[in-house]
Order: sequence, then structure tokens, then C-alpha cells
Amino acid sequence: MLRVDVSKQLGGFSIEASFASEGRVTGLFGASGAGKTSLINMIAGLLRPDRGSIAIDTETLDDTANRVHVPAHRRRIGYVFQDARLFPHLDVRQNLDYGRRMNRLADDPAQRAHVTDLLDIGGLLDRRPGQLSGGERQRVALGRALLAQPRLLLLDEPLGSLDEERKEEILPYLMRLRDEANVPMVYVSHDTGEMRQLATQVVILKRGRVIAFGGGEILPLAASPA
Amino acid sequence: MFELSPTEWTAIQLSLRVAAVATLVATPLGIAIAWLLARRDFWGKAVVDALIHLPLVLPPVVTGYLLLLTFGRRGLIGAWLADHLGIVFAFRWTGAALACGIMSFPLLVRPIRLSIEAVDRRLEQAAGTLGAAPWRVFTTVTLPLALPGVLAGMVLGFAKAIGEFGATITFVSNIPGETQTISSAIYSLIQTPDGDTAALRLVVVSVVIAMAALVASEWFARRALRRLHGN
Repeated sequence: MLRVDVSKQLGGFSIEASFASEGRVTGLFGASGAGKTSLINMIAGLLRPDRGSIAIDTETLDDTANRVHVPAHRRRIGYVFQDARLFPHLDVRQNLDYGRRMNRLADDPAQRAHVTDLLDIGGLLDRRPGQLSGGERQRVALGRALLAQPRLLLLDEPLGSLDEERKEEILPYLMRLRDEANVPMVYVSHDTGEMRQLATQVVILKRGRVIAFGGGEILPLAASPA
Repeated sequence: MFELSPTEWTAIQLSLRVAAVATLVATPLGIAIAWLLARRDFWGKAVVDALIHLPLVLPPVVTGYLLLLTFGRRGLIGAWLADHLGIVFAFRWTGAALACGIMSFPLLVRPIRLSIEAVDRRLEQAAGTLGAAPWRVFTTVTLPLALPGVLAGMVLGFAKAIGEFGATITFVSNIPGETQTISSAIYSLIQTPDGDTAALRLVVVSVVIAMAALVASEWFARRALRRLHGN
């Protein structure tokens, strides 16, 4: 259960968002500039809300009234960025292992094999990020986030930087992840197609405000919101 | 003509020792200050920045004299260090290392600062979401990516330290075997009748060291670019 109730002023733009979601994949839907990325940056702990609270299950991550702010590195929340952000000085194997090392988790070859199989990245392990295609990079970023064993996975338009063909290549992996990885996800996108295929619950964001919450049926019929 | 005399050898070895110690001691401090200047905003940042660059623009004899006043036997810090820790800088090779370290510090810090600034902060954020505490983000992401810049800074600082003259001779004088570096040996030789050939030999040695340092520094800079692009 993810509960978010925050406000944040960013220059001339303000976010006032409140929702609670129990879905396996919570879709955060809205046009660019609606505040989606700022909102999940707050969930990740990269951005501090001016007021409000964020909690997962019974654990409070932010609560401005009680001056609680758990820093990003102690949240155990995975984040897949639109631009992958793989570490350029490490090869794929080391990138995948990074979260395990930082969280001092025991080495788990079975888990590693499971994730590399799920994402089909076993053949890329010795490559450097500069030698990967956009789709491959995004799959490695997914694997890296999963192997840190997060309790929640944030995906910020993970298909946003890919062309149509590559999107079709990655979508099935995301669906497998949703059905097999057992980690709740928050999926950010402005694409109704992706939302319909992936999200189990949808939050629609407009100019920093939540304007609708529900199942996939609340999504607009047009391919993309105005 | 190319046979080096024992005095010349001593001066070369001393220069190398002084420059190596100066560089190795200054590097950790240089990395810390470069990181502060690149990544943090704090009150007095402009002053810190100016202070570091001061040796670059002050007449070296002024820096040397200021060192003598503060780190000399009767200097405020020098007297305390000598009485309590037994560390003496005045007229010792350690004093030459201190002078060289301070004079080369701006050249050491600059490439490190630039290379830290070039590290994408979004990668540091990504490391944070993967569970890395700020100190581990620095050691596993920022520093490795900035490493070629650190090495370039060390090479430049080392080369500057080898060539330092004004502050060193003012602070620790020109004592053969203790504080006479290549530069001060050349200075003595060209004031001695018949010292020209010996001076020339040391000139060749210093040109070779300086060239090697510049080539090495360039090589590290090129490696830095490759590293940042992940090839």
C-alpha cells in the first residue's frame, strides 16, 4: 500500500497530490509538465516535499509534520530512469551487482539468474553501457533496480526515449515483470496504450493535481492526453 | 658533457623526493577541496577559491616569506609544531616539500575540480536509489569517474613542484643535499664561473621531466573522456 499526500512548490509550478494505491502497477498518467517526475522523485526521496507525508504499508518515509525524511539510499525503492543512467565505468555485470553491494545483501546466484533470464540480458554481461542499444540499456537498468531487492519499483517513462519498434520490444518484459517479479510498481507515462497494458490502477495528474483515480477505464480514448 | 656529477644527482633526487611527497600529501586534501568547490555551496566559497589560487598570482618570494613567518622556527605555527610534534620545516627538505605543495596546489586542484564537475549528478542520484550512502556514492561513482582528472592534477602538480624555485629558496634557502633542488642548483651553477655546462645538463633534465608530465597529463585527460562515455 502506497500512500502519498504531498505539496511542493517548484518555481511557478505547484504540486498538490494525494492518492493511495494498492495496485500491483500504479499508473501515473498525465501530459508532460503535469508533475509526474517530480512526484515520483518525492517518492524516491530525491526531492523533499514542502508539506505532507509519504508511506509504504506502515512505514513512514516522509512526514513533514514530524520532521521525518528518510534519505533516498535508505528507502529501498528502485528507480528506472527514462535515460537508464547506467554507470559508464562499470560493465553490465558490475552495474547489475551494484545495488546488492551497496545494500550489503548476500550474493544470490539464483535470483541473479532469474532476473537476467526474465530480461534476456545474460548475453550482455561483459559489455560496457556505451556498447548497448537503447532497449538493451533500459533492460539492464530494470535488472539493476530489481537486483537491489526494492520493495517498490518506480519507472519514469522507461520507454520514453525509444522508438516504436523498441517499445514493442520492451513492453513484454515489463508485463512479465509485473506478473512474475513480485514487486509493486509505479509506472509513469503519457501513453494511454502503455497504461492500458500495464497499469492495474491509474492516477491521472494534471498541472500538479490529481484529477482522477481508478481503473484503466478512466483513461482518455485519445492516444495521448492534450 | 652528459655525465652528471654527484651534486647534480643529489639535486635531482631531492627534487623528485620533494615533489613526490608534496604531491602525495596534497592530493587527498586537493580532492576534498575540489569536491567541496564542485558540489557544495557554502558561505565563504569564493574566499576559499581565491585563497587556493593565491600562490599562482602572488610573487613566489612573497609566498616563501609568508611561509617563513608562519612555519619558520619562530613562526606562529612553526614554533608550535617544533615544540609539540618535533616537526621542523625551516631549512629542511620537508620545508621545501611544504613550499612546493602550496605552490602547486592550484594546479593540482583545478583538473580534479573540473573532472568532478563533469560527472553527471544524475548518476549519483541513481546510485543513491540503489542504496549507496553519500560517502559510497563518492567512492564508487564520483571518484572513479573523476579519476583521470585526479591523475592529471597529480601529474601537473608534480611537474610544478619539481620546478618550484622562488618560494622554496626564500623559505628553506639553498643548502646542497638538504634543500638544493634542481632549480636552485641551476641558479647556483649559473652564478659560478665554469658552471654553464653543469647548468645546461640540469636544464635538459628539467625539460625532459616537464615534457613527460605534460604528455602524461594529456593522456589521462583523453582517458577521462572515454571513461565518461562508457566505451
